[in-house]
Amino acid sequence: MNQDMITSTVSGAIRAGTPLLFATIGEILTERSGILNLGLEGMMLMGAFTGFAVSYNTGNLWLAVIAAMAVAGLLATLHAFMSITLRVNQVVSGLAIVFLGSGLSGFWGQAYVGVQSPSFVNFKIPLLGNIPIIGEILFDRDPLVYIGYLIVPLVWLFLYKTRYGMDLRAVGEAPDAADARGINVSLIRYIYTIVGGALSGLGGAYLSLAYTPMWVENMTAGRGWIAIVLVIFAIWDPLLAMVGAYLFGGISVLQFGLQVAQIPIPANIMKMFPYLFTIIVMLFTSSERIKKRFGVPSALGIPYSREEKG
Amino acid sequence: MSDVVLRLSGIVKSFPGVLANDHVDFTLKRGEVHALLGENGAGKTTLMNIAYGIYKPDEGDIYVDNRRVKITSPHRAMEYGIGMIQQHFSLVPSFSVAENITLGLKEFGIFPKMESVKKKIESLSQKFGLDVSADSHIWQLSVGEQQRVEILKLLYMNARIMILDEPTAILTPQETENLFKTIREMVKNGASVIFISHKLKEVLKISDRITVMRHGRMLDTIPTSVADERILARKMVGRDVLLKVSKKPSSPGREILEVENLWSRGDKGQYAIRGVDLKVRSGEILGIAGVEGNGQRELAESIYGLRRYTGRVVIDGEDMLPLDVTSRIRRGVAYIPQDRKGLALCGGLPIYYNFFLKVFDSPNFSFNPYMFNPSYLRRGAEQMVKDYSISTPSVDLEAKYLSGGNMQKVVLAREISGSPKLIIAVHPTRGLDVGAMEFIYKSLLRERNKGVAILLIAGDLEEIFTLSDRVGVLYEGEIVGYSKPDESHIEEIGLMMAGVGSIDA
Ligand SMILES: Nc1ncnc2c1ncn2[C@@H]1O[C@H](COP(=O)(O)OP(=O)(O)O)[C@@H](O)[C@H]1O
Ligand SMILES: [Mg+2]
Repeated sequence: MNQDMITSTVSGAIRAGTPLLFATIGEILTERSGILNLGLEGMMLMGAFTGFAVSYNTGNLWLAVIAAMAVAGLLATLHAFMSITLRVNQVVSGLAIVFLGSGLSGFWGQAYVGVQSPSFVNFKIPLLGNIPIIGEILFDRDPLVYIGYLIVPLVWLFLYKTRYGMDLRAVGEAPDAADARGINVSLIRYIYTIVGGALSGLGGAYLSLAYTPMWVENMTAGRGWIAIVLVIFAIWDPLLAMVGAYLFGGISVLQFGLQVAQIPIPANIMKMFPYLFTIIVMLFTSSERIKKRFGVPSALGIPYSREEKG
Repeated sequence: MSDVVLRLSGIVKSFPGVLANDHVDFTLKRGEVHALLGENGAGKTTLMNIAYGIYKPDEGDIYVDNRRVKITSPHRAMEYGIGMIQQHFSLVPSFSVAENITLGLKEFGIFPKMESVKKKIESLSQKFGLDVSADSHIWQLSVGEQQRVEILKLLYMNARIMILDEPTAILTPQETENLFKTIREMVKNGASVIFISHKLKEVLKISDRITVMRHGRMLDTIPTSVADERILARKMVGRDVLLKVSKKPSSPGREILEVENLWSRGDKGQYAIRGVDLKVRSGEILGIAGVEGNGQRELAESIYGLRRYTGRVVIDGEDMLPLDVTSRIRRGVAYIPQDRKGLALCGGLPIYYNFFLKVFDSPNFSFNPYMFNPSYLRRGAEQMVKDYSISTPSVDLEAKYLSGGNMQKVVLAREISGSPKLIIAVHPTRGLDVGAMEFIYKSLLRERNKGVAILLIAGDLEEIFTLSDRVGVLYEGEIVGYSKPDESHIEEIGLMMAGVGSIDA
């Protein structure tokens, strides 16, 4: 491989990884609170569609992004209501969100197939963008990629260094302990389920406003599921999520690169890698001790009730 | 009354099928250590969870400093200066000690200043003799250390009323000694302490007053100065006759169960059964008395084949060692476990299913698991519902919706319908009302009269006396002595149960 190919693969990896990154960070926040939201695919689709539609109709990209996040957040609110207040099975509720999101976006999106709308363009960061190679790869991208850079350390700081992050982790890991310390378990779960949904909406919007600026039905093409797998791959940690998102993004880019370079690894095998990696990670993190060490949200998927015995 | 800091008055709390607290009154005076003594399931934890806002009482009032208060959440309780160490710790495993202690405290800004927190923790742990490093993470700590963290949590937030729920259950004797020192130090610093336990010696050693609870009711409160082990043992296991079931003399036949030098480990890996020998003959009930946690569960599970053991378990002349549970069931072993919801029944399955769970595997053709006939099962189930007067609208109801008594009847019906040779019954009437209790007593006695051998493991002496033909006492994994199931032996048995020394029977 020559240098050009490496630059284009790495920068492609970052672009392809960015929607995964947003969705994964969102799901990490949700799952850290103890709620499993499998509806990512649906929320991302609604985000992608809403972002595109708003950008097409108003021409305002940032408004489009905010609308995408709001709509996905709304879907997540539905999931929160079903899982936290009604205490229904979270897997079932999550799957319902997937079908709801893909159905609604497909239906409303018919009018937008094949039209053009404003999209994000690359913006070179002064100074940093001038560094040879690295500048081109990292700092000559669209603004949402930069938001991705920023969101990771911010969420990390939030999770591990602030009081609110501590509350969040405690709720997902030991809700009874959090409750006994006067933390409102339901409220925290609502908040982060909604925030997580909004971030997945941002991931969806990235697809239709930057990555492939158009609307195609089911354009997320399974990225919501990959993000769910990535959460486990990252052991619920935002920094590892970044590594994983760019890595998995890179794998999808490599599929084309390898074909071009005529290296015979079938695309199906490449597609398998994310799942394979994740299974390996799961093998290593399955022990109770390791789970406790990393603060894996052990209450994931279990509704909390004060009086019910575990 | 000005020296009363906490008063619970007329507390009633029921759970599905269980009256856990039945008009309980309790007072805590300033600066005292008040012990709450009672058998497992007596309702101690429930009462204190109500004071701490975890459970909502059905009836009754709470007064703090003689003002009536509504404690609707642990947060509220903390505001009134009440702190509680739960029987099962509430710590976040991945958090450091310091993080656990600061969790939920509102005095911090967005970024808690961990350095000053650590300093305060250090000075507290020095003052109260609580040796634990603020930087270690909970998952690295022993249970003893975790308990010190729990105590530090109370101290850090300046709790004036401290509730310790069975704090010594998990401690070594030395750790218990240290805990007592800490408690004394806390009292010196103005705290009032509620100390829950079922160990007589400890209660006598640390408390100023003792309240005894039994079957959800408060029996008595006495100053420790006038109490001794005999009085307490008598009160704790004592006489409150709930029902009398007549029993004709037994006529034991051949030996059905023989256990020889049985050793078995508990869930934490330590030996819970240490060389038990026992024999039960056909047509006889052997009662095993003992305070919970002395190996009851492990004993029952070893005999039934659920737990690994060394030694011999012989049933009707056949060594059971190589046989799994299924084979033991086929050889006529029935089991009424203590955990009826989790182990005996599948709560999410309909009642009729639960009746036949054990026969699905039988060689009997009519229960071919691949082509069984639900209406056939239902008919059988309806008959059992009638025979055992189980009150349920339908045999299709999911078992979890039954009351405790009816659940136990389902278990009993299933176990007895297999025509067993041996029944292992563990706390068969815990938490049941008198009617259900009587029914279960009568059923077990009927089986005994038919010639079944029954191993009855229970904490309630009244139950043991009503049913057994002989009584053995289990203490720290050993049978410390045998006695006769009659009133004149109640104190000796009580003392053996409390580990106060064995007698020769
Ligand atoms: N959350 C709950 N749900 C249902 N039953 C409960 C619950 N908590 C306690 N109980 C029942 O209430 C009774 C008293 O229990 P508990 O207060 O834990 O007793 P103790 O602490 O004295 O051992 C028991 O029969 C127990 O099974
Ligand atoms: Mg208890």
